[in-house]
Amino acid sequence: MTRLLAALAALALATAALAVGALFVGSAPLSGRAVVAVLTGRGTATPVDEVVVLSLRLPRIAAALLAGGALAVAGVGFQGLTRNPLAEPSVLGVSSGAAFGVVLAQVFGLRAGPLEALGLTAFAFAGAFVAGSAVYLIAAGAGGLPVHTLVLAGVIVGIFFSSAITVLISIVDFDRLGGVVHWLLGNLAPLPPPALGVFGLVTALGFWLVLGQSRRLNLLALGDEGALQLGVDAERVKRRAFAGAALLTAAAVAFAGPIGFVGLIVPHALRMTLGPDNRTLVPSAFLGGGLFLLAADTLARTLIVPAELPVGVITAFCGAPFFVYLLRSRSARIAP
Amino acid sequence: MTPLVEVREVEFAYPSAGGTVARRPFAIGALSVTVEDGEIFGVIGPNASGKTTLIRLLSRVLVPARGEILIAGRPLGTLARAAVARDIAVVPQDVPRGFPYTVEELVLMGRYPHSPRRLFDSDDDREHAREALGATGVLDLRTERLDRLSGGERQRVMLARALAQRPRLLVLDEPTAHLDLRHQVECVGLLRRLNRESGLGIVLVSHDLNMAAEICDRLLLLDRGAAVGVGTPKVVLTEATLEAVYGCRIAVGTHSATGRPTVQLIWPP
Repeated sequence: MTRLLAALAALALATAALAVGALFVGSAPLSGRAVVAVLTGRGTATPVDEVVVLSLRLPRIAAALLAGGALAVAGVGFQGLTRNPLAEPSVLGVSSGAAFGVVLAQVFGLRAGPLEALGLTAFAFAGAFVAGSAVYLIAAGAGGLPVHTLVLAGVIVGIFFSSAITVLISIVDFDRLGGVVHWLLGNLAPLPPPALGVFGLVTALGFWLVLGQSRRLNLLALGDEGALQLGVDAERVKRRAFAGAALLTAAAVAFAGPIGFVGLIVPHALRMTLGPDNRTLVPSAFLGGGLFLLAADTLARTLIVPAELPVGVITAFCGAPFFVYLLRSRSARIAP
Repeated sequence: MTPLVEVREVEFAYPSAGGTVARRPFAIGALSVTVEDGEIFGVIGPNASGKTTLIRLLSRVLVPARGEILIAGRPLGTLARAAVARDIAVVPQDVPRGFPYTVEELVLMGRYPHSPRRLFDSDDDREHAREALGATGVLDLRTERLDRLSGGERQRVMLARALAQRPRLLVLDEPTAHLDLRHQVECVGLLRRLNRESGLGIVLVSHDLNMAAEICDRLLLLDRGAAVGVGTPKVVLTEATLEAVYGCRIAVGTHSATGRPTVQLIWPP
C-alpha cells in the first residue's frame, strides 16, 4: 500500500510537471508569457493565444494522458489474463480490430459529436472484441496458449484487419475519410470537449473493470487450476479483464489512433521497479502510460518543427527494440 | 459424528479428445470413501489410477458426473468456490516456472477465499500469513522470490500458503516428490506436528508407499479409478494386492523401529 501511494504520488507529480511544460511548446509561435497570461487570465492574452492554449494544446495533452493511460492499463490486463509478458493491444492485433471498427464507423459517416463519439467507441469495441476472440481461438486451437503461439496469432489477426482497413479505404471516397491515414499512424489531435468527455468515461469504465480483477489476476499466475483451488473463478476473471482491456483499447484507438507498444513498455518498466502485483500496476500504469505518451507526443510535436511526427512513430521506435529485449530475456517471463 | 469428507458413489470421466470413444471410460468409477476429522489419510496407486482426479474433485476443480462429495456434512456442489477454499486447501507439487511473486505475496494469496471481494490485504491477513510462515519455519524467507528458493523451501512456503487459508482439510499432492532424504523427513515431521497440534485433517497423495505407510492412519489404494483397498497400512499393503495392482514383484516387511509395513521392490534379474 505504501509503495503504491509513493509510486502514484511520484508519477502524478511528474505527469503534472510535464503537462504544464507541454502547454508551453508547440508549432504555434507563442511566448511563455502569453501562455501564462492565458492560464492566469491576467495580462495581455490575444484571442489567438487563448485558442492555441485552451482549444489546441490543453485538449491534446488531455487526450495524450487518457490514451497513454488506457493503453498501458490494457497492456497490464492482457498480460495478466494471458499470463504472457508480450501480450499488448497492438501485438495481439486487438488495436487493428478496433481500428477497423473505427474506419467502418467513419464510412457510415460518424464523426465527433457526443453521440457519434459513443458510436465510434462502440464500433471500436466490437472490432477489438472480434479481434481478441479470434486471437484466442487461433492460439487455443494451436495447442494451449504458449507465449509465442499467442503472439503469432496476434500478428496474423493484425495483418488481416490492416488489410481489411486498406480495402475499406480503397473502395470508399477518400475525402469522406478525412485524415484517416494520418490517424492510422497513431496521431493525437485536439479533441472537442464532447469527444473528450466520452473518452474519459469509457476509459474510467475500462480502468474500473481491470482494477476490480487485479487481485484475482495475481492469483491467475498460479495457473487456472491453482487459482480455482483458491476460490477464483478463472474463466470469469479472464472474461472481465478482457472486456476491460478491450474497452480501453477501443477508446484509445477511437480517439487517438492505433498507437503501438505503450501497453508493453510502460507495464514492464513499472514491473521492474514496483514488482508484479497487479493491484499496484494497474493504477501506476494509468499514470505512467499517460506520462509516457505525453512525453512521446511532446517530442513528436517538437522534433521537426514546424512539421509534426505521428506519435505512433515515436512509440514504435521505442517499442520495437523493447519487444526484442523482452523476447530474449527469460527473467521477465510471467509463467512458462 | 459427521465425517470430515464423505465421497459417495462418485463417478467422473474426462471428455475424450476428438469426440471418439474414450479409451478409459472412467477416471473415477463409483468411488465411496470417508475421511475422519483429524485423520492422516493416504491415497496411493499406480499412474493413471485416478489420484490426481480425486484431488481435483475434492477441490472442486472438477465436478463429479454422478454421486456427491460432502465436506463436514455439506455437499461440495452447493458451496461457493471461495467457501470450498476456506474448507479445503490444496498443496500443489510446485508453482509455475518463473512465478514472479515473493514468498509473502504467495502466502497472502491463501487469504483470498476469506475476502474475495476485497482488493487489498488487511492487517488480519498479514497476521495470518506471518503465523503460517512461522509454523512452517520460513518466516526469514518472506521477502525472497519463489524461483530463488530450493525445492524444500518452496514446499514449506506452499504449505504455509495452505495454512493461511485456515482450512479444515489439507490435501497434498506428492509432498515428498522433489525432496532429498533430509527434507522428506522434515516434511513428514511438519505434517505430523500440524496434525497433532491443530487437529487438521490431511489427505496426501503419494507414490512413496513407505512414507505413506509410516505417516498415514489409513490408506486408500486406487487402481484404474476404483478402490482396491481401504484401511490401515497393515491391511492395505499386502504383497498379493500390491503385486496385482502394480504388476511387479514386491516384498512387504516390517519397519524395525516403528513396526509399520515397508515396501520393497524385487528387481528383475
